[in-house]
Amino acid sequence: MRHRQSGFGLGCTIFGILAILPLIPGPLQGPFAKHVLVMVLLFASMSQAWNLLGGYCGQVSFGHSVFFGIGAYGAGMAVVKYGLTPWPGALLGAIIASIVSLVISYPCFRLKGHYFAIATFAIVEIFNRLFMVWYWVGGALGLDYPIIEEGWRNFMWYETKTPYYYGAFALFVLVFSTARWIERHRIGYYMRAVRDGQEAAESLGVNSPQVKLTAMAISAFLAALCGAFFVQYNLRVDPPMVMSLDMSMRFVLITILGGLGTLWGPLLGAAVLIPLQEYTRAIWGGLGGGVDLIIFGLLIIVIVIRQPRGLMGFVSWVVGHRARARGRG
Amino acid sequence: MALLEVRGLTMKFGSLLANHDISFDVEEGSITGLIGPNGAGKTTLFNCISGAYKPTAGKVLFAGSDITGWPPYRVARLGAVRTFQVVRPLNDMSVFDNVLVGAFLRERDLTSALDVAECSLRFCHLEDYRDKLAGNLTIGLKKRLELARALATQPKLLMLDEVMAGLSGAELKEAMELLKEIKAQGVTLLVVEHVMEALMPIADKVVVLDGGVKIAEGPPREIVESERVIAAYLGEKFSRRLKELKT
Amino acid sequence: MTLFLQIALDGILNGMLYAIVALGLTLIWGVMDVINFAHGEFLMIAMYVSYWLGFLMNIDPLVSWVASSVFVFLLAFVTYKLMVSHLVGKPALSALLATFGLSMFLKNLCLNRFSPNFKLLPVTVLSGKTIPVGSLILSLPQLVIAVFSLAVIFIVYRFIASTRMGWAIQATAMDKEAAELMGIDTEKIYGLVFGLGGACVGIAGGLLPTYMPVHPEVGSLFGLIAFICVAMGGFGSITGSLFASLLVGLVEAFAGFYIAPIFKYVAVFALYLVIVMLKPKGLFGW
Ligand SMILES: Nc1ncnc2c1ncn2[C@@H]1O[C@H](COP(=O)(O)OP(=O)(O)O)[C@@H](O)[C@H]1O
Ligand SMILES: [Mg+2]
Repeated sequence: MRHRQSGFGLGCTIFGILAILPLIPGPLQGPFAKHVLVMVLLFASMSQAWNLLGGYCGQVSFGHSVFFGIGAYGAGMAVVKYGLTPWPGALLGAIIASIVSLVISYPCFRLKGHYFAIATFAIVEIFNRLFMVWYWVGGALGLDYPIIEEGWRNFMWYETKTPYYYGAFALFVLVFSTARWIERHRIGYYMRAVRDGQEAAESLGVNSPQVKLTAMAISAFLAALCGAFFVQYNLRVDPPMVMSLDMSMRFVLITILGGLGTLWGPLLGAAVLIPLQEYTRAIWGGLGGGVDLIIFGLLIIVIVIRQPRGLMGFVSWVVGHRARARGRG
Repeated sequence: MALLEVRGLTMKFGSLLANHDISFDVEEGSITGLIGPNGAGKTTLFNCISGAYKPTAGKVLFAGSDITGWPPYRVARLGAVRTFQVVRPLNDMSVFDNVLVGAFLRERDLTSALDVAECSLRFCHLEDYRDKLAGNLTIGLKKRLELARALATQPKLLMLDEVMAGLSGAELKEAMELLKEIKAQGVTLLVVEHVMEALMPIADKVVVLDGGVKIAEGPPREIVESERVIAAYLGEKFSRRLKELKT
Repeated sequence: MTLFLQIALDGILNGMLYAIVALGLTLIWGVMDVINFAHGEFLMIAMYVSYWLGFLMNIDPLVSWVASSVFVFLLAFVTYKLMVSHLVGKPALSALLATFGLSMFLKNLCLNRFSPNFKLLPVTVLSGKTIPVGSLILSLPQLVIAVFSLAVIFIVYRFIASTRMGWAIQATAMDKEAAELMGIDTEKIYGLVFGLGGACVGIAGGLLPTYMPVHPEVGSLFGLIAFICVAMGGFGSITGSLFASLLVGLVEAFAGFYIAPIFKYVAVFALYLVIVMLKPKGLFGW
């Protein structure tokens, strides 16, 4: 049925291309290019995790770096404090992030509009400060990884970035497949219904508090997994690295740039923003501080004013335009 | 036992008595009309029944359960679904997806929900607009979408709040046929309507509100002849026209 | 006892600073239902204006605040015309995100131009001066800002409450369409309110370099605290935000001293959460 299959081929194509990307000889082979690709996939995944709640369900949270951070600390603690592999830590971190998200959002969802937004800012700042003084998790110094055996078991590599790329790819496939599955399921329709009109949704039998909490828990779970990957990639973590308003805003802005509430928006946003950020930093280094963010700031302003549907809106406009042209020709 | 029983329902907004001690029954399989001049308290009554407001006093019984003060989604799950007089389309979703949201109430998986949604879309003659964004429809179509969406939930009791307002003569006839078909499928209807020509010929019973109080209840024939109703609401001219229409 | 009073005094003085920063935000939020995320950066810009005027031309902040205020008024007015005017009445998020983009732009532009280093005017008329009051010590620069803050809040309050223009602003805040039917040019009102909000924070920023170093990040925390004060006070209520600002100043001072310095903002943010959980529309909101 058309309704069910639309976009399925596109998804497979994108997954396929990303799977063979590191095998293509040429400019993508260098370690820096690999690094950029890893970051694109990571931030696309993370933004998608945010998009599930913010885009599909309309609950705009500026607090997602908290869940990202909890996942990062989960993996970090497992490795640094307990000498385990990061896997159980990542899983536990994700579960804890879900629980924390439910505890936080149950009261916060009662708040409307700006009051909700500001509450999520406040929560990030609180978590940031608490982790700064929490001795058990390393306080302000954070956690530094010991040198241990590399490989998939410990999920860390020192020389090559290719396994990280495939790790990020696996994460990406997981998160985007989840999003796609949700998009085509009852819960996905209910999430969008709550976003577009809570009263109307409830009149049709949608338990909107439950839908919002479900979206929140899934979103926080996936965000924490992304955080776990992030710490394995950097081999260290401290509070400002993961739990900050700037980090939260990045997930939001990448999604807005790409297209809020669309499946491929977060990928598009990350594919534009992350290279911009990494290359401007590489070119200007410390001297030209902030050039990427100056451009990004302007880009956000222009997008919000001119194309509220983000780059996806632009893409569908172009596609529509070509289809119309073909129709005439 | 009636499908819906409203008992002594009272709703106050501050000092304003929007509904005062209203009681009536809606029999299973019937069409019950709810009429009254603007501001009589009809929408408020709907809001109390559907759970959007908690009534100040009184009881609402539906299908044997006391649903007073239940949240709207639980009322809907039990089978009493309403539409909104001030339409509330899910603006950024397509017409079809709007209906699909309704269909998911009884159909858990996508395939069967798609079928149900398709059915109610056709039933309400909206299939030409299926891929349009609901926010871009005209007001008349939005009203029809409200109906299609509510129908897709496969309700026991369908509560319509002025879905026929603003329709032209031909459209009105069509809409009346639609309601009769819905009834024929075994759905009970509680219909708030301002357009009485549309309601009188199809209703089994009419409840009349005025100033928040129930002033009459009975078959349409009696209602149009009731002195009190005429005085309060219909006016001579109207009631004569209605009698002509009925014969 | 002296210590307790000294902490309370510091808290109140800081609270008055927050109050004047929050004032502009309250106006904008109340009239246009827009959160200006770049508000903290407006403060930072004003501080840079004052700093450079002092550093290059030896103009004391006590004089140059006028220039800072006018500069930020114009900046805010242009911001309104170029950005915000397109976003009023759109989903609440749009203006917030666009102004966040602006705050990124301004912050990093300053970082790029002026380096991340802290800059402090070495000598100003007020620098380092204190007034002993009994056993308490009153910092003169902070006192001056507190006095300015009170005066500006009073003037703005009177302006809104009892001038023709103020009534027009109130009418626009209550119902834009109705105000337009009454012949009010709401577009002009919005531009003016946005500019006025900037001018208020410009005064604070103009005076701050007398005791606070300026750097590109200085506005971020102020912005955040101003949001907290405004929301805690309740949607667009000037008295509410003044009250909340003082409360925030006090809580910050006491938590910083009696718990730990790093917890002073935790206490402030936690206070916000507790208050809006109890009163979802803020203390003075309806
Ligand atoms: N949420 C509310 N708050 C205050 N008054 C209300 C509210 N809803 C309805 N009313 C008042 O209740 C009365 C009945 O309104 P309503 O039920 O909408 O009438 P009807 O649908 O019959 O035209 C009106 O006077 C209206 O102003
Ligand atoms: Mg009504």
